[in-house]
Amino acid sequence: MSNALSVSIRAKRFANGNLAIENLSFTAKPGEFVAIVGPSGAGKSTLLKIISGLDTAFDGTLQLPCAHTLGFMFQEPRLMPWLTVQQNLQLVDKTAEGSRLQTALQQVGLNDCAQLFPGQLSGGMQRRVALLRAFLVAPQLLLMDEPFQSLDAPNAEQLRSLLLDLWQASKPTVLFVTHNLSEALSLADRVLFLTPGPSRIALEWPVDLPRPRAQHSAAVQAMRSELLACYPDLLKGSLAQAS
Amino acid sequence: MPTPTHTWSRVWPMLVLLVLWQGVAMQAHSRTLPTPLAVLDVLMKEVGSGDLTLHLGKTLMRVLISFCLAMVIGVALGMVMGRSKRWDRLLDTFLILGLNIPALVTTILCYIWLGLSETAAIVAVVINKIPMVAINLREGARAVDASLMEVAQVYRLNPRERFFKVYLPQLVPYLFSSARNGLALIWKIVLVVELLGRSDGVGFQIGSFFHFFDITSILAYSLAFSAVIFLLEAVLMRPLEIRLNRWRT
Repeated sequence: MSNALSVSIRAKRFANGNLAIENLSFTAKPGEFVAIVGPSGAGKSTLLKIISGLDTAFDGTLQLPCAHTLGFMFQEPRLMPWLTVQQNLQLVDKTAEGSRLQTALQQVGLNDCAQLFPGQLSGGMQRRVALLRAFLVAPQLLLMDEPFQSLDAPNAEQLRSLLLDLWQASKPTVLFVTHNLSEALSLADRVLFLTPGPSRIALEWPVDLPRPRAQHSAAVQAMRSELLACYPDLLKGSLAQAS
Repeated sequence: MPTPTHTWSRVWPMLVLLVLWQGVAMQAHSRTLPTPLAVLDVLMKEVGSGDLTLHLGKTLMRVLISFCLAMVIGVALGMVMGRSKRWDRLLDTFLILGLNIPALVTTILCYIWLGLSETAAIVAVVINKIPMVAINLREGARAVDASLMEVAQVYRLNPRERFFKVYLPQLVPYLFSSARNGLALIWKIVLVVELLGRSDGVGFQIGSFFHFFDITSILAYSLAFSAVIFLLEAVLMRPLEIRLNRWRT
């Protein structure tokens, strides 16, 4: 099967001239869930901005399916505060009304929230709306930039399982940026580890554990320990071996 | 929503003022300070003769036209200047100049250059008002949340939706403060403009009463005028503002 996404960035500089990304390339298959893990400041958000087309000032090539639809879940929910939940969803999908809207809201556990404003929802609920918005456009490619990082553990766990349900139903290609190794291992088919800036791919790690895998399950934690035993500084982006 | 207590707390200071006024005027017994009742009497007579309606109508029309023109032009200028540094640099000098030239000067110049016409009157008011609206909206346009504009871009909203559903709602507070201040400023300037070069309108009337030292009529017109302002605020500005701010809980 051909790739859903092929990224090859020779160089991307920040406005101050520093190299953010250098010689970074990878591909993703249709329906693949790829997690990208790297230390903060490794240019993870920049990478997603480039792939989404928000940032076009880089040297390199991107191959995306033509006429692809894109979903993007940001670090913050980024809902329009002056629009109701329904209006926010209709902004990206005009057909989100009536029973279709009800079904969609039920899927993410927001049954009676259609007419509420984002300010009337908790942080977790706002993220559910943002997640639903990303899936409503029926994306072929879904970009997620540490979307659950500021949530408490139970809320984050619920949203992760919701994400997996939605992903398995429509199978978009997902790029999920995180700095949490357990989160990456519990979600992804494959994990890409980035070096600190300028970022490149330090290591590619397939995750062949059966789903569902809770973040704190023995299998996920065993893989995490195995990785960190081999590469103690992996989360800092270094492949230095344990001595 | 206004509750009876809220309404009452707006009404009673006015009642106190009226009672005080009546008391002082009765004590002073002077031509220069008529009682509120005398003013009300004149007001009724002016309404009865149709004079007040005619002049107030003329003034209102001028206020309305210049308000709309100044808002549209000022808002457009402010948006452009808030977005583009280049346009901001190009136009900033004119804004500072416009803000600081006295209304009297622009009015007289407009009358001299354009003749003692309705157009000259409106142009004079609009020129006085535009810089304030533009400066206010420039602040608004600069404060627009780029992260929400990114959402609009990623989800490929069309330009219309981008403008009306993502961009413009962020400017609502700035639009309201411009509209409020604007209306207040325009009333004042329109009266000066009428006094200087028109033969109708509240400004013209007040000018005439001044020649005859007719304080009672001046106060009667001012009263009618204030009533209209309160009415506008109550039936238009406040309900609209409450509606647009529903989401701020």
